Amino acid sequence: MTNDLIEIRWHGRGGQGAKTASLLLADAAFNTGKYIQGFPEYGPERMGAPITAYNRISNTPITIHSNIYYPDFVVVVDDTLLESVDVTAGLKNDGGIIINTTKSDNEVKSLLNNYKGSIYTIDARKISLDALGKYFPNVPMLAGIVKISGIMTDEELIKDMEGSFKHKFAKKPEVIEGNMNALKNALNEVKKIN
Amino acid sequence: MSIRERLSGNEAVATAMKQINPDVVAAFPITPSTEIPQYFSTFVSNGQVDTEFVAVESEHSAMSACIGAEAAGARAMTATSANGLSLMWEMIYIASSLRLPIVLSLVNRAVSGPLNIHNDHSDAMGVRDAGWIMLFSENNQEAYDNTIMAHRIAENKDVMLPLMICQDGFITSHSIENIELIEDSKVKEFVGEYHPEHYLLNKKEPIAIGPLDLQAYLFEHKFQQAEAMRNAKRVIEEVSKDFEKLTGRKYSFFEEYKSQDADYIIVCMNSTAGTTKYVVDKLREKGIKAGLVKVRMYRPFPVEEIAKALSNAKVVAILDKSDSLNGAGGALFEDVTSSMYTQQTYVPTVNYIYGIGGRDTKAEDIESVFEDLQKIDISKKIEDPYRYLGVRREEK
Repeated sequence: MTNDLIEIRWHGRGGQGAKTASLLLADAAFNTGKYIQGFPEYGPERMGAPITAYNRISNTPITIHSNIYYPDFVVVVDDTLLESVDVTAGLKNDGGIIINTTKSDNEVKSLLNNYKGSIYTIDARKISLDALGKYFPNVPMLAGIVKISGIMTDEELIKDMEGSFKHKFAKKPEVIEGNMNALKNALNEVKKIN
Repeated sequence: MSIRERLSGNEAVATAMKQINPDVVAAFPITPSTEIPQYFSTFVSNGQVDTEFVAVESEHSAMSACIGAEAAGARAMTATSANGLSLMWEMIYIASSLRLPIVLSLVNRAVSGPLNIHNDHSDAMGVRDAGWIMLFSENNQEAYDNTIMAHRIAENKDVMLPLMICQDGFITSHSIENIELIEDSKVKEFVGEYHPEHYLLNKKEPIAIGPLDLQAYLFEHKFQQAEAMRNAKRVIEEVSKDFEKLTGRKYSFFEEYKSQDADYIIVCMNSTAGTTKYVVDKLREKGIKAGLVKVRMYRPFPVEEIAKALSNAKVVAILDKSDSLNGAGGALFEDVTSSMYTQQTYVPTVNYIYGIGGRDTKAEDIESVFEDLQKIDISKKIEDPYRYLGVRREEK
């Protein structure tokens, strides 16, 4: 194990679960023995407003307490943000970005300011609708970031999320299977376009 | 065996309160308070504690209810932030003057105007002269640990003063991080039971608390209060040593991080100390002798010890997350420089007001302070010691 610190920035809109997804990622990484931070940048809390959330994941204790300006990875939960937010700001060229979108590869690339690093897309809407019948992009995006960052293996994520969902949805057990399907399908639906 | 967990700073304090299981928690459970009473009220409704939870209609009443409960002989706790603390202000002084060892969790946030809910230390600095013991916490772990130690310090018969535990709003209060929890039974044993010497519900000793106290006695009572604050220093040291025996986690009046041989030292409190550690490590790799002194015990202030800890530095920067608006510098700056003066220690010293209203403090900001200290060391000129870190200014 190296002591490498991995820094992740999430861009989403209020109500889409980006904050929850960042906390789920922190939980899952914690359960594999890591040191973690998961925190949102609090602004006016309105449905649909752009929000940012962050994760730090490390093999050694983390002392830094600031927002993340030079992330290793960026997750974009809503592709309408690509036109209004500079999502690749400070993103390391040896890192990567994953975007929930159905836009063409060329269109995505043109919206990313010629970002040189790895670009991945995933259709979280379709995955969520197929598995749950509803649009909750956060679980597919959680799978996506784990896949592109290699923070843990697919198996570790699946095992951990099974436990988390059982706890989180103790009063709604009927949604556990759908969420697990969304997670597993998403792990196979990440597409590298650059 | 300690319990490996991940909790936000708010959850960490609420967990400590659950383990302490105080007699009374009185709190105003919505903004401007914190999530702490919200989490704690869940523990109450689930029967995990047998605390009397008083959901009051304002922060003034929250502190009043804690005062009533402590005066009756109970152990009382509350939590608040920013303008919530402002509304408690009148009762904050009553609590300390009546020598009631209430424990308050203060999640540091800006006192409005204009309206701002984010982190700075203006709430805490507004009550720094109110006679409360004040402990600051870098992260969730320290907020938890300080809460576990709080009652033993406050309730010591040589102290009998209220105590507040500070942590940074949002930055640590809402951030999920790793934490080591102590088992419930060990917390219970460490904290112990509260048996006050004098209390209102003692039918064998009818007393009055807080009656008229004019020219004949108030002065002496205030002197006793001042003596109690001096005694708190020794008690904090003793309790921290016992805590170290229990957990292995060492707490002093302040933490010296690579500062003992440092040429350039930053003095600050709460979460920025963590970011400063990160920068100190980076600078040390480059051979620059940077260090940090993180103040944990702000009231009482460790005058002799801090002057000594800074005495071998070449230049020192004191970072204040609140401006005293006195035209001269922040509160921590005044405390540190007056400590050095009275201890006949002179080290060139500058003050930076930073992070006001939640302005993010980046590693680069801290690096720029260390760069300034090196420049001062070379030029031997301080010029204006009262500075703002990273503020935007109108071009002249």
